[in-house]
Amino acid sequence: MIELRNLSKTFMTGDGQVEALKHINLTIQNGDIYGIIGMSGAGKSTLVRCINMLERPTEGSVLMDGRDMAGMSIKELRQMRRKITMIFQGFNLLMQRTCLKNVTLPLRLSGVDRKTAEKKGRELLALVGLPDKANAYPAQLSGGQQQRVAIARALATEPDVLLCDEATSALDPKTTHAILELIRDINRKMGITVIVITHQMSVVQEICSRVAILENGSVVEEGEVSEVFSNPRANATRNLIYPESNGESAIFPEGGQRIRVIYNGAIASREPMIAKMAVDCGILASILGASTRSVGDRAYGYILLDIPGGPEELAKAIAYLSAVPDVMVQVEAEYAAKEADV
Amino acid sequence: MNFANAFTPERLQEAWNCLLTEFPFAVWETLYSTLLATLFAIIIGLPLGVLLVTGEQKGVRPLPRPVMSFLNVLINLLRSVPFIILMVMIIPLTRVIVGTSVGTVASIVPLTVAAFPFIARLVESSLREINPNIIETAQSMGATPMQIVLHVMLPESVPSLVTNFTLAITTIMGYTAMSGAVGGGGLGKLALAYGYQRYRYAVLYLAVIVLVLITQVIQSFGTWLAARLDKRLK
Ligand SMILES: Nc1ncnc2c1ncn2[C@@H]1O[C@H](COP(=O)(O)OP(=O)(O)O)[C@@H](O)[C@H]1O
Ligand SMILES: [Mg+2]
Repeated sequence: MIELRNLSKTFMTGDGQVEALKHINLTIQNGDIYGIIGMSGAGKSTLVRCINMLERPTEGSVLMDGRDMAGMSIKELRQMRRKITMIFQGFNLLMQRTCLKNVTLPLRLSGVDRKTAEKKGRELLALVGLPDKANAYPAQLSGGQQQRVAIARALATEPDVLLCDEATSALDPKTTHAILELIRDINRKMGITVIVITHQMSVVQEICSRVAILENGSVVEEGEVSEVFSNPRANATRNLIYPESNGESAIFPEGGQRIRVIYNGAIASREPMIAKMAVDCGILASILGASTRSVGDRAYGYILLDIPGGPEELAKAIAYLSAVPDVMVQVEAEYAAKEADV
Repeated sequence: MNFANAFTPERLQEAWNCLLTEFPFAVWETLYSTLLATLFAIIIGLPLGVLLVTGEQKGVRPLPRPVMSFLNVLINLLRSVPFIILMVMIIPLTRVIVGTSVGTVASIVPLTVAAFPFIARLVESSLREINPNIIETAQSMGATPMQIVLHVMLPESVPSLVTNFTLAITTIMGYTAMSGAVGGGGLGKLALAYGYQRYRYAVLYLAVIVLVLITQVIQSFGTWLAARLDKRLK
């Protein structure tokens, strides 16, 4: 179990202090895949770097199974870091070393002899799906393959915790999916606790069981992924769930009445909701935009509708669509106002 | 004696004979003083260059500020003394180490003293090219500062180090020519003592041409080697 207790980090810079983290309290259970999501600059990297003490917190503690990392000597920390490994957005492989040498590096650093290390290294490369790349150099691999090598390297010292800092942010959606699948596999097979840092909601949706939303160095929301997504309370969370809402008003001119139909994990049974509304209520809504994702058999996201007619039709449409399970309807004016004060 | 009749057929014949008799040894002297001086300069300059990077406040093993200031001042000082003056200044040191201050072997001492601060700066710049994220990654694996230097920083900067050491060799070879003025042997001495002082300009030019050729060969080899060693390019 990882417990962050009142964790704060303040950077002293040339032009004053930057409070990157403010009194963070989180508990991450062993075996979880825990998401930490936030916009760029929210403090995610700082947070993850505090977990393995690459960055010493200004205040508070990080408890690993009850042991306070902040109080550890550098020697104890080095020992500890073999059990809390990390993968990064930029993969950070040694470019002058073969994949096998990259994977065996942590083992060699901890004093394992070459033969044993290389045997283990080959097993790990096979595990991540690159059994034939032992003697290839990272520059010969695609981004996804490089991240697989980095994952193999992170697993070399048989860690208890894997920290992923924007591990898929440099990858295309398909590769992202494959890497996330691999991470989930590792989590299941080896029981490794995974902390996923990302700015992409889709990543959290895909593999995390719990999520914390970080904004300006503070946790503004925390809980089960499905819960947080079906009832986003904080503004930051909504912005992350509907990132495309920014700039919509520029695309669609003012006027008309718009509603946003939000799927919070509705069973994606392909119910022709909008068409049925036309038949049942005689409201011919036009679709202005949509952003939906399915997670498993559930749909998340929204459809933006233009409702013709007056307030009466609007009320009718809202009532009709709200009746569908796990679907929420919001009048778009609310969003317009919210965007205006951003 | 003027410049024009320095290239009469007799003079050219004389220069050709000189090329066959004197040049091989002069080339040998130039090469071994250059290479030995480079070697010693790397032995001193490489660790120093590493310290310049690892020892700074944001480095992997920060050293006290006064230590860093001292290293930097020492290097800048040595780098700013013209080689020909440095050579004379350290004659006492040369005597202590070699027993004499004259000759090709003796010239290796001032060459080394002149070259190691240069090498230290070159190593420093090579190591600064490394992606800092890679160093942080090594720290996240629990690597000690020494391990980071040996397993990450140096191996990752091999191509850049080869390029910079090639530059160092060609520069030091230029210095060996100067050391010919104060007792060092080699092509420089041949050019100055034989060609210039005895008005054998053909010999002087020939010596310069040979120096240029050697420099070219070393430079081409260094460039080729650096590219060959760089695994990012393939
Ligand atoms: N070493 C540092 N020195 C000063 N400020 C920093 C440092 N590292 C991060 N910050 C600041 O802390 C804030 C959070 O940064 P970071 O954790 O990298 O955010 P994220 O990973 O969420 O994009 C930013 O405002 C950033 O400028
Ligand atoms: Mg970041």
